[in-house]
Amino acid sequence: MSELQDLYQEVILDHNKKPRNFGRLEGNGPREGGRVLHADGHNPLCGDRLTLYVDTDGETIRDIRFEGSGCAISKASASLMTEAVKGKPLAESEKLYRGFHELLTGDPSVRGKAGAELGKLAVFEGVREFPVRVKCATLAWHTLQAALAGGEEPATTE
Amino acid sequence: MVLAQQKTVKSGFDVDSVRRDFPALRLEPYGKPLVYLDSAASAQKPEVMIKAEARCYRESYANVHRGVHYLSAKATVAYEEARRKVAGFLGAADPNEIVFVRGTTEAINLVASSYGRRHVGEGDEVLVTTMEHHSNIVPWQLLCEEKGAKLKVAPIDDRGDVILEEMEALLSERTKLVATVHVSNALGTVNPVERIVELAHARGIPVLLDGAQAAPHMPLAVAALGCDFYTMSGHKAFGPSGIGALYGRKELLDAMPPYQGGGEMIRTVTFEKSEFAPSPAKFEAGTPNIVGAIALGATVDYLEALGMHRVEAYERELLAYGTEALESVSGLRLIGTARHKASVLSFVLDGVHPHDIGTILDREGVAIRTGHHCAQPVMDRYGVPATARASLALYNTRSDIDRLVEALGKVREVFG
Repeated sequence: MSELQDLYQEVILDHNKKPRNFGRLEGNGPREGGRVLHADGHNPLCGDRLTLYVDTDGETIRDIRFEGSGCAISKASASLMTEAVKGKPLAESEKLYRGFHELLTGDPSVRGKAGAELGKLAVFEGVREFPVRVKCATLAWHTLQAALAGGEEPATTE
Repeated sequence: MVLAQQKTVKSGFDVDSVRRDFPALRLEPYGKPLVYLDSAASAQKPEVMIKAEARCYRESYANVHRGVHYLSAKATVAYEEARRKVAGFLGAADPNEIVFVRGTTEAINLVASSYGRRHVGEGDEVLVTTMEHHSNIVPWQLLCEEKGAKLKVAPIDDRGDVILEEMEALLSERTKLVATVHVSNALGTVNPVERIVELAHARGIPVLLDGAQAAPHMPLAVAALGCDFYTMSGHKAFGPSGIGALYGRKELLDAMPPYQGGGEMIRTVTFEKSEFAPSPAKFEAGTPNIVGAIALGATVDYLEALGMHRVEAYERELLAYGTEALESVSGLRLIGTARHKASVLSFVLDGVHPHDIGTILDREGVAIRTGHHCAQPVMDRYGVPATARASLALYNTRSDIDRLVEALGKVREVFG
């Protein structure tokens, strides 16, 4: 059971059950000087779908929300990602994205301090042992990249 | 004494002996005996098939229908013998009604491309059902798009049965082909194919049946059934991957244009014009999957020796046991409860995504499929993004079901 416990850590189960920043970002709209970007993410392998809404002034992620359906890993990852990047400069969110990717797919011996800088996001380290689930954990991050790039194409893990 | 013997023969399906024929069933992933419940995706292989393949490469391999030498003659005889065996297995009257293809997907593409292009025109219709695998949707969509034809869809009810009255109402003089699955891979529904053939034929409409999920589970009799095309995949019926069969009624195959051009499918070639070989050679351009076909022949021999009637009876009882066992799991909903089903137990669990179920079951040694099963319209019909699917085959036991239920208990432990 131990690898399973590493995968389904309490924090992940909690965010799966009670996702943070869940829902659309509209109504109050973007604050002055900014705009709300959004992008769809799709993991065709398991049918995970999410839509991400990002309120940014081009420098900082002022607000971020998501909605959609997916497995525990993809939902918790989206939830924890929104917590991690909310209020952060875009450059820092980019750094977290690279660190997160490294945590899941990089060579552990040369990974360096990525884990230490990721804070709560490090709970996803257990996903390394489940290579087919890596896409679930990275879906939200790919979707964030797509939203910030302003592309029309939905992000996909394929 | 005589009576006792008869009894054994009658019920006579020795699953322990069958399991010994499948080496993969002795594997122990993560230190736990494998419970393989993913045969609808692809089935495990019996030793006789594995050996037949090796023996062919060692003792009787060369290209078929080409050489004058000893090995080519031997390979050709074995290849054509395999065609005869597959014809017998499907219940076709004539081995020349069997075209070897890569699998059901290629078989359907062949019919769409050859028969479809000739017979489906602008304003015409092809009728499928909601429960089709993508392989029995997309080839028809491509054809319809090319021809300006329409793909019509016969709906299913909440249990997963096709609504025959609505299907019948969709049949018209515009309908050029009915293409439907025999056994649904996502729901397990066994369609009333006799009735469907009857309804279509009453209006002169030919019928293609996708038999990918039927061939491994029940005896087949395509000639008696009267369908016009029938397809099977070798790998789902315990044979090799990359080989399958298309059955087509002789008159239809003979009248159809070739599917792919190349060697083997011609009679004469000049730069002005080529004359084509008679079917089935007409549809088998290039060097075919020789060894795959021969090994599929050996697999079919194995299945005939077990007796598909006995397999069907054994699996029916096992599916009933499995259905009851899963229905007793709290928070579990079966997707697909048709009156007549085979092999498939598709389900969702309250509060747990199928993908998470699959991962936890895997670590318990239980292999199932999770996802949309290449049948997204079925998922949409039931309003679920995906399901978990346990699929049974002739080598599964009640103990496999018990292990599945036990492993679902672990899922609850993790997710609360």
